[in-house]
Amino acid sequence: MNRWRNPGLWLTLIIVVLVGVFPVITGKASTREVIFTMLLSVVLASSLNIILGYTGYVSFGHVVFFGLGGYVGLYLMSVGVSLWLAILAGGLSAGLLAFLLGKAILRLRGAYFALATIGVNEAMRAFINNFQPFGGPTGISLHFNVYQDYGGATQALWITYGLLVVLSVAAILLSYMVKTSKFGLGLVAIREDEDAAEVMGVVTPNTKTWAYVLSAILPGMVGVLYYFKNGNIEPADAFRLHFSIEFLVMVMLGGFGTVTGPVLGAVGYQRLRGFLLTNELFKNIQLSVAGVLLLVIILFIPGGAVGWLRKRFPVTRKVLP
Amino acid sequence: MQLLAFLIDGLLIGFVYGIAAMGLTLIWGVMNVINLAHGPIIALGSFGVYLLFTNFGMNPYLALVVVAGLGLLLGMLMYLIAIQRVIDAPHLSTLLATFAINMIIIGIGTAIFTTTPRTVNFSLGSISAGPITILGTRVVAALASILVTGGLYLFLYRTTLGKYVRAVANNRAAAELMGIPSGRILALSFGLGTMLAAIAGSLIATFFPFTILSGGIYELKSFVIGVLGGLGNPLGALAGGLILGVLEGVIPAFITTSWVPVLEFGLFIIILLVRPTGLFGAKK
Amino acid sequence: MKRMRFVLTIVVLIASVLLAACAQQPTAAPEEAAAQEVTALIGFTASQTGSYNVESTRQINGLNLWMNQVNDAGGIKLADGSVVKFESKFYDDESNKDRVQELYTRLATEDNANFLISPYSSGLTDAAAVIAEQYGKVMITTGAASDSTYQKGYTLVFQTYTPASKYLTGAADLLAATDPSVKKIAIVHENDKFSTDVSTALNDYALSKGYEVVIFEGYDSGTTDFAAFINKIGETAPDAIMGGGHFQDGSTFAKQIFEKNVPVKFLALLVAPPEPTFAELGDAALGVIGPSQWEPLANFDAEAASSAGMAWFGASSQEFTAAYTAAYTEEPSYHAAGGYISGLLLQQAIEQAGSLETQAVKTALENIDALTFFGHVKFDTTPENHGLQVGHSMVYIQWQKSGDVLAKQVVWPAEGASAATVYPIR
Repeated sequence: MNRWRNPGLWLTLIIVVLVGVFPVITGKASTREVIFTMLLSVVLASSLNIILGYTGYVSFGHVVFFGLGGYVGLYLMSVGVSLWLAILAGGLSAGLLAFLLGKAILRLRGAYFALATIGVNEAMRAFINNFQPFGGPTGISLHFNVYQDYGGATQALWITYGLLVVLSVAAILLSYMVKTSKFGLGLVAIREDEDAAEVMGVVTPNTKTWAYVLSAILPGMVGVLYYFKNGNIEPADAFRLHFSIEFLVMVMLGGFGTVTGPVLGAVGYQRLRGFLLTNELFKNIQLSVAGVLLLVIILFIPGGAVGWLRKRFPVTRKVLP
Repeated sequence: MQLLAFLIDGLLIGFVYGIAAMGLTLIWGVMNVINLAHGPIIALGSFGVYLLFTNFGMNPYLALVVVAGLGLLLGMLMYLIAIQRVIDAPHLSTLLATFAINMIIIGIGTAIFTTTPRTVNFSLGSISAGPITILGTRVVAALASILVTGGLYLFLYRTTLGKYVRAVANNRAAAELMGIPSGRILALSFGLGTMLAAIAGSLIATFFPFTILSGGIYELKSFVIGVLGGLGNPLGALAGGLILGVLEGVIPAFITTSWVPVLEFGLFIIILLVRPTGLFGAKK
Repeated sequence: MKRMRFVLTIVVLIASVLLAACAQQPTAAPEEAAAQEVTALIGFTASQTGSYNVESTRQINGLNLWMNQVNDAGGIKLADGSVVKFESKFYDDESNKDRVQELYTRLATEDNANFLISPYSSGLTDAAAVIAEQYGKVMITTGAASDSTYQKGYTLVFQTYTPASKYLTGAADLLAATDPSVKKIAIVHENDKFSTDVSTALNDYALSKGYEVVIFEGYDSGTTDFAAFINKIGETAPDAIMGGGHFQDGSTFAKQIFEKNVPVKFLALLVAPPEPTFAELGDAALGVIGPSQWEPLANFDAEAASSAGMAWFGASSQEFTAAYTAAYTEEPSYHAAGGYISGLLLQQAIEQAGSLETQAVKTALENIDALTFFGHVKFDTTPENHGLQVGHSMVYIQWQKSGDVLAKQVVWPAEGASAATVYPIR
């Protein structure tokens, strides 16, 4: 069956586009903000899924690509480069970092790799905190009139949002293309049994590195979008470990190793968090509630929502990629 | 002479780092689980001493014993509730299970204690020799760390229960075949790990201020030390802690202090790449 | 066929979950009561969780005190005869930037706040200010000292606090006045935006005054072990140490400096010393100086204004302190004063403008140049630094012993001093 005929993929894409277009129709800025955060999570969770879900390498430091992309992008914009080029540069620099890192730390297995990713994130944060060209602890700020180049603040915000919608679609497509390709098959083989995969002819070091690079590019690009919208970037928040953990929770919640899983997980988690934050009863312990939820998922439904569906209703396997 | 001051301070704090790391590496070595709730448990240890000291006037070192016991129980409970089900599942499950507990503890802790820093106003004076001044509480903490390490070592190598722990760490299936109740031993081991974390937290409370979030930095250092010193080896953890403490204490003498974390994590990555079994070799 | 239908059902179910998740609840617009009474909504985020929660709570207590006072007094009368009463709406920003923008956008667009108050801290305020400008709402910032926020071309953001660049320059003046023979200063600071800005400005100022800055270095946020750092400082043998960061690291640093018997003559730290709980350090707190945006001891009232030839509005220092203590059973800190003054400034601007309209209020704010319980307030109106606070300056307190009790005394500026400076401190 032609892999492009999968109804699950198209349905997901259509829903994402519809959700993305919804704020444009209503014209409400606050809805746009909520959907922005949601789509950001979709991109980040789907990207993480490539190295985590498909290849089975647990990365705790995925936010490093987001932060680095943001820094490179803002730095270029602060010297006059346009948003479009900055986005590309952000993605490329993140990809480059992943390539270099991949060569070094993908040799490690299991928990060691996970710890190494934490180490990388912390090292990057500490480094940039001291790196004067990137502003050191003060970070980089954009002057408000940078938005003039894009038709004023309001329009710039909508443009940024539109770009994010496009990138979300790209993230889902990328995830699907990887999953249904021979490359993706190699990744899954690595996840299930790396040594066997090697014996069967998968060139594991290169394959893993490319997976890591692919998982880094989109976070780098959306990092530029996010920080452009924010107007500034500081080392403390660009490399927040907690952010990485959140994507991980999203992937697990929705179902790792699937295309639709991270999307569902991202949406579900953001809504939950938004609800908890503004609800009187839970707002003080929203972190604990999220923790309990995660624990329950891990203990009883490790495959996440989509994983459970696919297991329980085998017919969905053909349809929910 | 000044360098000596740097060195001594580094060593003293290194002992505490060692105890903190020991808890993590023990669990890691015995059951291949990285306890991501390690940080909050250290913070809970600090709070335990603080509450006992402030509300009952208990001597912090006495409170430490109480807190250690509580830490042991907490760990065993944690194991039975969260870890046992997923002990044989892929790594990710245990990582996330312990992380979930981390989130739960921090969430409740922030709600109850808020983030106001707490201090235990306990002083043992200080010892001065020229430009070098050492806090009494830090010396006692170092001594306590040595005692605890010794105790742990004796337990693991001189008692039957300790032998069971080592057997399970070595090969769980074989140990079970030999009649060792591996489930209970694993619970005990986890409890020992959290007990050590709680002890570290108690010691830290005697000379640093803390909040429920303070454990995080010690958790990160414990990872670094775990890799430096090798897993499951209490002496290795202590040595790793000392090395890290000395590095942190002495390097600022030569470079801008804010570069120390960069070096720390850089070193971490390098060791992971070059000698992942640690400088002192793994237990397995 | 049946299988396809089943599959389709599952997929549609998932789709509807997704779409339902994105559906927005309709929110009620703010109440418009009788024709004469209007409600103005003030929006802000509070750090109810996270590391800023103590300071943020005080700031909001101050704001709420003002709001309750204005509402109880019957509200403000506008030019068209209607009476304005205030309401507030806030969300938890968790002391993190992530949600600040989303929440302020919600406040500005969905909750339709008329005016915005900043979160606590320069970092969060920086993220929020851009939203105010993007959606055309006046924002009064408090608890935020960073200069750079006002160099970004905003027109609607106004600062109540003395900017970071002026935080410790007064301490250098105080040192010069107390002991002109001192030459060597150590400047050590937390490696975050605020503390770095303050210390860089101090460094430039000290150098320009002829001091030798023997060490100028930052420490990581969250450092609890200053041993190595203090050893390093000790090696350079400074006469004075200045800098610091926020409360936790500042007080830990002061404690460890004392424990290590560092023979320093003058110690001025940011943020921590003005806090009443700083006294819990006991002897370690003795002699430590700190800049404060406002102190209960500072005596600003209408007479002081007229003798200085300045305009005056609002309650006096004493009235504010009494009202706050009655409402919250503790003495107000400068964070609380900052919260109160932000409301007071808004009130003054609305009264002067006679309307709630953004541009009118903005112009009224730009025209303010007066003494208040908080001190002199005046905003920079040049395009390069629009909104920067240029009237206000810091008061410096020092912990001194009277008998057995440690108490704060204002030691600088000389006009407002309540006691002479204790020097050297060790």
